[in-house]
Order: sequence, then structure tokens, then C-alpha cells
Amino acid sequence: MRPFDYVEPDSLDEALAILAGDPDDTVVMAGGTSLVILMKQDLVRPARVLGLRRLTDLRAIDTAGGLRLGALATHGAIGRDAAVRSFAPALAATFAAIATVRIREQATVGGNLIHADPAQDPPVTFLALDATAVVRSSARERRIPLDELFVDVFETSLEPDELLVRIELPELPAGARAIYKKFLPNTRDDYATVSVAAVIATDAGGACTHARIALGGVGPVPLRARDAEQALLGRRVDDAAIKDAAALAAAATDPIPDLRGSAAYKRAMAGVWTGRALREVA
Amino acid sequence: MSEHRVRFTLNGAPVERTVPAERLLLDLLRDDLGKTGTKDGCSVGVCGLCTVQVDGAPMSACLLLATQVDGTALTTVEGLAQAGHPSPLQDAFIGEGGFQCGICTSGQLMAAAALLRDQPNATSAEVSDWMMGNLCRCTGYYGIARAIAAAQKQ
Repeated sequence: MRPFDYVEPDSLDEALAILAGDPDDTVVMAGGTSLVILMKQDLVRPARVLGLRRLTDLRAIDTAGGLRLGALATHGAIGRDAAVRSFAPALAATFAAIATVRIREQATVGGNLIHADPAQDPPVTFLALDATAVVRSSARERRIPLDELFVDVFETSLEPDELLVRIELPELPAGARAIYKKFLPNTRDDYATVSVAAVIATDAGGACTHARIALGGVGPVPLRARDAEQALLGRRVDDAAIKDAAALAAAATDPIPDLRGSAAYKRAMAGVWTGRALREVA
Repeated sequence: MSEHRVRFTLNGAPVERTVPAERLLLDLLRDDLGKTGTKDGCSVGVCGLCTVQVDGAPMSACLLLATQVDGTALTTVEGLAQAGHPSPLQDAFIGEGGFQCGICTSGQLMAAAALLRDQPNATSAEVSDWMMGNLCRCTGYYGIARAIAAAQKQ
């Protein structure tokens, strides 16, 4: 690993001031699971690493107005948290099944989002849950809906002087059911070939009143399958409706061929796994 | 380029060292502190050979900068034995054939020890889920699973 300068501020204000002072040569480190590998592989060559580990306030998880996850909450802490489980079991399950226990203890939700790897699990469930990223710089705070956070592979819409401080999730519609499923044909700690999060609510007559379908691993960014969601609204979520939505979800993908399959295979699997997810929450 | 004073406890004993910012915990342990029980495998956090416990939580020493353990209580495989005797878990690995070549064993032990502490009554499915990230190319995992089950009964 190339040498770099390391700074570890004691407060968020101090961290933001350091970032504001030299945003282009400073790389922020939360848990470090991704950044340390990228530095070892010489893919990231920071002059300065800004370590956030002393900002313990940012580990908080609370249920004010829905659910708020501090950016430094670890995957393990979120997966185990009783408030997260009662807010949305699918969200806790998403975090409890990321990679391995070692990664879950070190990696943080904020680091995960800002790394912006399109094959990661949390962004997919967050998209389906209408999450918002709250970011701060020394000058301002702003809120970024999650579907505007991801710009491209490893690229977000944060400015260089901004830090992600928390993720906010609104209450789900009454009676909504949510699920996250990932297709893991190789090993359980692998990146998913395709992953799907779905949220469905229906009225007393069984007609769909709320639909969210999000997909991971099948494009440069995690994506919402909005046409598929629209196709479900007002209808009973039966086999015919699920078939239509699955086809529209597959059509929304833009996968690249790699070791996990050809583009056509991944697109087909996006349809299959969307259908499976919808059947579980219908 | 910057250097940092890091202080932590290693298997209960205080340690204080000055390290360059880019020093990995794995290298600090093996090269500076002579604790070579923690092995270097894949170097990308996948194989589990370098599993240590940071404040009790299993983590990969190859993915941690030494600065990240400042102020923590660190446990390595050298910390498992009690008064010079193998721990019940280590005895179970010996008794049940939980290793062959041995390269993965210290990582297996550190992961399993954290599981036994946090979830002493884990089902075999929960054991398998927890241990899934510690790879072994010799045993087929049967001996490891038997050893952990035997240790749970102690």
C-alpha cells in the first residue's frame, strides 16, 4: 500500500472542516472494508485518509419519524437491531445476510452506500423502502432521495466536500409487506447475480395500492423498475399481474456480461427473481 | 506518510506501538509483535485465515489498518489457551479432526470462539451460516462442524 496521511477527527464539524480544506485529495474511510482493498490494489491513491471511527454519534439507530440509521452503524448492528426488525424485517434480513460475519462487523451502512457498488445489497432494499440520504458539508445539509444518490458504478451525486451522515426511511404504508431476495448460484457470501427488493400493499378488496420493485447487479446503478410498479397498481397481485410486472422488471435492466452470466441470462433472471419476490409479498 | 501512536490490549496485555498510517493490523501482529498465529491468506477479506476479534467481534486483520484498533481489546488465537492449556474449543478441534493442514485453523478457532460466546445454543444451520466465511480446503468442513458441536456441549 502506498503511504498516505491519516487524520481521525473527534467531531463531525472537525471532519467537515478537514474535508472542506482539501476535498479533492481527501478520501473518507468509514469501516474501511472496501477502501483498504482498493488502496492495496493501487486503485485508489489518496494523499489523505479521513477516518470517521471516532464519530460515535453517527452509529445511532432510532425510530424518529420512521427509521434513521446513522452512517456509521455497522451491517451487523443494523441486522441485529430490534427497532430495525420491527420497522421492516426485510431490512434487518438484508443486512444480516451481507457477505460474512467479519465484513458485517466492520463495514458500515454509510460506507456501503458511498462506495456505490451496483452489486451491493443495502441500496436495493433502501430503494424499495423510499430511503433518503442526508448529507452534510461545512456549509449546508441536504437530502438526496436514494434513486438520485447513485450516478454510475462507484460514483454518487455527493460533492467532494460532503459527508453522508444518516439514512432516513419513512413509515411503510399500513399493511405493506416487504422482501429482499438475492440469487446466489455460487456461494452465500458472493455478490448476487441478481437481487430484488419488493414492497406491496393492497386495499381491502385486494387491489394493489403501493408497489416498489428495486433491482441490484443488473445495471451500473441499483434501479427502480417503475414500469413494473405501475403495472401492479390497482390490480390484484395475481399470477397474471406478477407475470406482467416480472417482464417489465426484466426489460428495465441493463446488465453487463461477467463471470456471473451473460447480459441476456441476467436479464432473464431479473424477471424470474422479481416474480419470486412478488409472489412472497402478494 | 503520517505516523501514529496506537495503544490496545492484545490478549489482555497492553501494547503500544508507533506505526505508519498504511500499516495493516495483520502486518503489525505478525511482523512487529511476533504473533504469527494469525495467518495471511487471500488479503481481501474473503478467506477468513486472518480472523481476529476486535472488542469481541470477528474481523479480518488484512482489512484493518493498525490505527483502526487503537483503544480496542484485540484477541488473537494466541489468546485462546488458558494457563498454558488448550481451550475446550481447541481440544474439540483436536479430538474431532477439525483440521488437517492447519493453515485455516486459527481463523476457524477465532470465528468459532466468538460464536460460542454470542450464540452458545446456535443450531447447526446457524453455525454453518456464521462459519461460512472461513474457508477450509482439507476437511470438507465435517470435522470443523463436529468440533464446534462438541464444544457447544462442554
